[in-house]
Amino acid sequence: MTDITEVPSPFCGIGTDDLTIRVDGVSLKVIENGCTVNTPAFEQAITDTSARVGGKEVSLEAAVAKAAELLKNTKLPVIGGCATDVNGMRALLALADRSCAVVDNINFTGARNNFLALQDSGWMNTTLAEVKNRCDLLLIVGTDLEAFAPRFFERYLWNKEAMFVQDTSAREVIYLGKAPSGNASTSPNGQKAQVFESATEDLPEVIAVLRALVKGQPIRAVSVGGIAVADLQILAEKLKSATYGVVTWAAGALAYRQAELTVQTLSEMIKDINDKNTRCSGLPLAGKEGDQTANQVCGWTTGYPTRTRFSRGYPEYDPFLNDANLLLDSGEADTLVWVHAFNVNAVPPATDLPLIVVGRSGMTFSKEPDVFIPVGTPGIDHAGHAYRMDNVVAIRLKKLRDSGLPSTADVLNAIEHALREETVC
Amino acid sequence: MLIRLTGGVVYDPASGVDGQQQDIYIQDGRIVSKPIGEFLIDKEYDLKGKVVMSGAIDMHTHIGGGKGNIARTLLPEDHRQDPVASTHICRSGCGHAMPSTFVTGYRYAEMGYTAGFEPAVLPINARQAHMEMGDIPILDKGGYVMMGSDDYLLRLLTAKKDQKAINDYVAWTMHSAKAIGVKVVNPGGINAFKFNQRKLDLDEQNAHYGVTPRDILHVLATAVKELGVSHPLHVHGCNLGVPGNMQTTLDTIQGIGGLPMHLTHIQFHSYGTEGDFKFSSGAAQIAEAINLNKNITIDVGQILFGQTVTASGDSMRQHANHKLASPNKWVTMDIECDAGCGVVPFKYKDQSFVNALQWAIGLETFLLVNDPWRIFLTTDHPNGAPFTSYPHLIRLLMDRTFRNDVLSTIHPEAQKMTTLASIEREYTLQEIAIMTRAGAAKLIGLKDRGGLSAGNWADITVYTDNVDRQKMFEKPDYVFKDGQLVVVDGKVVSTKWGTTHVVKPDFDPSVEKGLKDYFDRYLTMKLGNFKISDDEITEDGRGSITVHPLNGDVA
Repeated sequence: MTDITEVPSPFCGIGTDDLTIRVDGVSLKVIENGCTVNTPAFEQAITDTSARVGGKEVSLEAAVAKAAELLKNTKLPVIGGCATDVNGMRALLALADRSCAVVDNINFTGARNNFLALQDSGWMNTTLAEVKNRCDLLLIVGTDLEAFAPRFFERYLWNKEAMFVQDTSAREVIYLGKAPSGNASTSPNGQKAQVFESATEDLPEVIAVLRALVKGQPIRAVSVGGIAVADLQILAEKLKSATYGVVTWAAGALAYRQAELTVQTLSEMIKDINDKNTRCSGLPLAGKEGDQTANQVCGWTTGYPTRTRFSRGYPEYDPFLNDANLLLDSGEADTLVWVHAFNVNAVPPATDLPLIVVGRSGMTFSKEPDVFIPVGTPGIDHAGHAYRMDNVVAIRLKKLRDSGLPSTADVLNAIEHALREETVC
Repeated sequence: MLIRLTGGVVYDPASGVDGQQQDIYIQDGRIVSKPIGEFLIDKEYDLKGKVVMSGAIDMHTHIGGGKGNIARTLLPEDHRQDPVASTHICRSGCGHAMPSTFVTGYRYAEMGYTAGFEPAVLPINARQAHMEMGDIPILDKGGYVMMGSDDYLLRLLTAKKDQKAINDYVAWTMHSAKAIGVKVVNPGGINAFKFNQRKLDLDEQNAHYGVTPRDILHVLATAVKELGVSHPLHVHGCNLGVPGNMQTTLDTIQGIGGLPMHLTHIQFHSYGTEGDFKFSSGAAQIAEAINLNKNITIDVGQILFGQTVTASGDSMRQHANHKLASPNKWVTMDIECDAGCGVVPFKYKDQSFVNALQWAIGLETFLLVNDPWRIFLTTDHPNGAPFTSYPHLIRLLMDRTFRNDVLSTIHPEAQKMTTLASIEREYTLQEIAIMTRAGAAKLIGLKDRGGLSAGNWADITVYTDNVDRQKMFEKPDYVFKDGQLVVVDGKVVSTKWGTTHVVKPDFDPSVEKGLKDYFDRYLTMKLGNFKISDDEITEDGRGSITVHPLNGDVA
């Protein structure tokens, strides 16, 4: 039995790297600095250690050979999930290139709200250490932040010391849209966050009015989405008078059509504030289970985020048409490869197509895949790299135990090598 | 296996060989002397009439790191103009302004380049820089770690810590980030932008720390020299792009007091304020200062006309320039009490007065600086133009008629504001070889690279001589990387993985005491998790690390 300290987590997205984990054989227990997201994800037990073909246990080599055989004559395989570490994504993209597949990350529909805004007009963003040391006003839009990342406030807002904020407990927290589910946002001095509640689908109007007020445009309405315009006026003034305001949102929480326009309005509002003689920055929340990792590696390998296809021999990005679920539903896809090394509950969508699953040990299926290869989890069973939410920082994941499970990269590289003999495209 | 390259005309400035016919022998990846006695040649290439140089080295090119990936993500429409399909040898990807990593490696190699150095590695983003460069095939690579706007350094300066403390911190950071050099970008300016300062002159104080860019340049240039790092402090100066910044640049040269200093993309820092448009060329004054001050080296950062994207650590200046974004979308970031970045797409137009004069200023600089060992051929890829425009740039330098033909097509007012038409100089092949090979290897401190004498790694490029220098340099007959034939007739025929070049200057391990306390109190990562280990680069079996000697080391 050993205790491993300073363990970084790939699960929570905010780069916590101060966990202490007790390792007893292959069982793990988080004994310090756990949270409701990280603790169960680390403690998830290993079940399967053998690959299966058609439900029968086989050697890894036999499962790899079968996977390659299934992929050999496909016209449009889809690789979904895409939830793994950097080396796993490298191998995944090599396989996609080889098999002329479509790749799509499991969280892309949410992330698309950010990508469409970024690719249309850009943004001014910041990272967690700047928040920790500079932020004097945090505006949280449409998101229950503490449910998303339970330790966000403790680590990045209510830190005892900050380089440029005299009294961190005097920081102001304001929620717009969704109200918080708990009290993590209450300051150590007892000050509760201010909440301007509205229905999530009313946020486009609320944010549009807020931006107009920041720009000094007159608003005739007295209330928008149930929030008094006078309150939004006060908020606009607070954003303009803050020294280093930060606006945060989780793209996936803005679950309505064309939410990219809300992200865009927020981002343009932040740019406006920076033209009013102060600083303000955006802080998009993400980084869960390899989503930023998938988009980063796909970014440097192809030029595009995930939701990219290789069916014509070169990468083509389409944030709508390359949706894995759409391709499965429409019948365009003819094979599904599902890759998810982090979460046993992130199972593939129901499909009658040939199905290859490269998944975290412990995953269970309502319908047995044609090929199932249980893999280790980055940061538990093998070392690796994962990006946290702010996209700049890649954390070095540690190997905590000897489970003997292969990594995603091991498995996908082996399938790609097996396919190399054949001409697929 | 013994390979002979027979009868080529060799340009190898590192050995003083200037256009002589010589045979070159390659064994086990390296160039060897002609074996003594009887020997068997396993493979021979007849290079009679061909031009032979070592593989080219780009000493300043943005090929790895977060801002490049932001630039990629920002510009899907640019990638769609240049899709690159996979082949049985090569991976697919995209090209043009900010190519995908694999295509970066292929296209550099296809122009005869065998190494590229990322000049702006943020310590906190160094993992990403190395991971991206780890996916660039064929090329050797390395990075200059960016310092000078990091709060830790500014705190050391405010606390009046001595030079030794600075040196230890710089050396520790180079180790942690796996760097071969140190760069400073808008010294202290990225930090000042976080305090809402929008400009920072050489002697202007940071609002919080009271430290000036001049202070920062001095301690960092001193640290690099005292640590024995070959590559002088790599400086992206104050006031990038601001009319009149020529004076800042001249003051920066004078102010460094003889310490070795490399001024990068100096074209963007060579502007006067004369003329109807209050924008003029300062190239002549800058070149004169370079010619006089032997401690200074420069690369040009030539602009060439067309669409590109600017990706810089200089968040302050990139924000100031965002109104010029074309297409109109842009990103800036404040990063981790460490640095920042700004990404602004740009379309340089020959009928824009400013862009046309920028083009002329770059070329004036190339032609007025006398010593090719102290000037380097760059476009600051992708900021001035994509690296794929180098053959065109070489033709502009080597062919006065061609240069003046292009000059006659640019904005007429810009033509009046440049002396370019009267400059007769044409670069020679040997001077091109110095700028892009021997000089670059010497500047960075690369042992066994950039030369063709026995003992060097066999990075070799073979061209067919052609009076159209653009045609000549864009399509080498052969390129060898570590002795392996990787390019034939300008196309990749095989791939391999290059090494990562680093230096490891000594530091007092007690430096980590102060750093650990700082990390625990203020940063978001444990000190132990911040440091990059060698195995992060080598563990996938493709990467390797090559440690180069420091000045004063016995080789």
